[in-house]
Amino acid sequence: MTGLASSFNLVVEERASDALLVKLSGDSREQSEPLGIEVVREALDHAKGTKVLSFESAGVIGWDSRFVAFIRNCLELSRTRNVAFHDDGLPEGVRRLLRLAQAVPDRIDARHESVKPQLLQKLGERAIQGWRGTLEMFTFLGENLVALGNLFRGRAQFRWSDAFLVMQECGPQALGIVAMINFLVGLILAFVGATELTRFGASIYVADLVGIATVREMGCIMTGIILCGRTGAAFAAQLGTMKVNEEISALETFGIAPVEFLVLPRMVALILVMPFLCAFADLISMAGGFVVSISMLDVTATEYLTRTIHAIQLKSFLLGIGKGSFFGFLVAYAGCFRGMQSGYSAAAVGEATTKAVVTGITAIIASDGIFAVLCNALHI
Amino acid sequence: MRCTFETQGMNKEETKIEIQNLTMAYGSYVVMRDISAGVKRGSIFVIMGNSGSGKSTLLRHMIGLQRPVQGDVLYDGTRFWAMDEEARRAQLRKYGVLFQSGALWSSMTLAENVALPLIEYTDWSATDREEIVRLKLALVGLNGFEDYYPAEISGGMRKRAGLARAMALDPEILFFDEPSAGLDPITSRNLDQLILELRDSLGTTVVVVTHELASIFNIGDDSIFLDADTKTMRAQGNPNALLKHSTDAKLRAFLTRGEGSTTLPIAS
Repeated sequence: MTGLASSFNLVVEERASDALLVKLSGDSREQSEPLGIEVVREALDHAKGTKVLSFESAGVIGWDSRFVAFIRNCLELSRTRNVAFHDDGLPEGVRRLLRLAQAVPDRIDARHESVKPQLLQKLGERAIQGWRGTLEMFTFLGENLVALGNLFRGRAQFRWSDAFLVMQECGPQALGIVAMINFLVGLILAFVGATELTRFGASIYVADLVGIATVREMGCIMTGIILCGRTGAAFAAQLGTMKVNEEISALETFGIAPVEFLVLPRMVALILVMPFLCAFADLISMAGGFVVSISMLDVTATEYLTRTIHAIQLKSFLLGIGKGSFFGFLVAYAGCFRGMQSGYSAAAVGEATTKAVVTGITAIIASDGIFAVLCNALHI
Repeated sequence: MRCTFETQGMNKEETKIEIQNLTMAYGSYVVMRDISAGVKRGSIFVIMGNSGSGKSTLLRHMIGLQRPVQGDVLYDGTRFWAMDEEARRAQLRKYGVLFQSGALWSSMTLAENVALPLIEYTDWSATDREEIVRLKLALVGLNGFEDYYPAEISGGMRKRAGLARAMALDPEILFFDEPSAGLDPITSRNLDQLILELRDSLGTTVVVVTHELASIFNIGDDSIFLDADTKTMRAQGNPNALLKHSTDAKLRAFLTRGEGSTTLPIAS
């Protein structure tokens, strides 16, 4: 027992031909290195005929959990080697903790099996999962359509006040961000057009470019994406948290359909608000193009406005806001679907929110592609 | 940081925590006025009171989650709320808190939950940490559940895992917020036994917020009673002694579940 009084010391002594004594002293709290289970193991390896492992701890000034963990290791070691474990030399507190730790036998069956599945099995499981996901998606769509039908027949468990509240949140309160993003998109479109069109002396057609692109595509797509990140994510988080708090289960026990009571107001609100948001976005975006044109190109304000009015047809405008309404449905659908699908933990709610945004944006872009093909075929 | 087990070479009669003229409020709404009480080292101290009397709020003031409007909490004679932010945080590492529903981090397994404080605040090797995690989980009877996520186990197990996490850094003081809430009587009693056993073997000072009478009489060495109506602390003492000797009608009604009392808030 050398060194400072406070540092931890461990000495293994052979007492009789078949007994090992582990002498402990000092303060285990002062030691950051491992306490020395290796020393005990080596000693046991060395003295093959050992029958008894005992301890002497009179010199121990202080101990912590690592000390207990070390003793527990010694106990496990002695068990695997059929050596009797004598704990009477240990501090009273340590003995009690050891007993407490042994009180519940190790539940081997509780441990998770970590068998790595084979590639084919993984592939199969993924496919089944994917198929189930698709089925769930369509089931939810069906439930929503039925709920919508009930709404038209006046039978849905639906409160207009909820829908108005959602409209307030995703309409007027979103105007700022919608205006900013669409103004910038208008600017960018005008810039892109200006660099090319001025080479042909056709800079006046910037008005056509910005007008048509905005009204048919960019206005509704950008607004849809903004709403997806802003409102769709909020829907998923709200419904997910409600699920964690068992609020949705509570609705169900009262016989209130969560789809009608929670999802329908959100869906109706977005479907109704989106056309207005899109029209607003179109206007702001064209204002962006206007600013670039009259400040940088050789175009007067009157010329720009006249060109724009000529370029935009009513059917283009209606197509744009119609698509906007559909995107509103997609955003609400993705947000609510992922929210209702959420698991029962904080992590699951986060995952649901991520999935809602990803699903929403993917659905918007993909469906816009389909719209483009259809419009081309129908000459709209 | 060094973790210390408390009985080692310490005087048991010393006051570990002292609540000094504490006034608690949410904004301008005063919850409790002028609470003063001392907690002895190594004792189990029960904060009792009816629902809404500010028991949990008092706990939040003691564990640094809420600043008192007036007064302070002294740990080993040092004023907690007079310290700067960093010193307060260092102080908090010496405490373990078990929240009402365990408050386990849901994205981590039980082992990871217990290991996180060890990773943050010790320089022990990974093997050492693993040993400690296994030991702590075994102490609360959860050996074998290391790889489970909180969502996969029952409420009682979650609470025990929360206790294992609270004990991770060998705290000097353990705080319990309603340990029996949501547990069946047997599980609740087992948890009480566990608290007693841990106190006896480690010498940890324990502060428990509860209104479970069985628990109060079973484990409480000392207690205070908070009254929501007068917004004051009505009594301090050993719960069993209070039951025998107190003449306070309200406290008696609380300790006897309202039997033989005329001050029942809701007439049956």
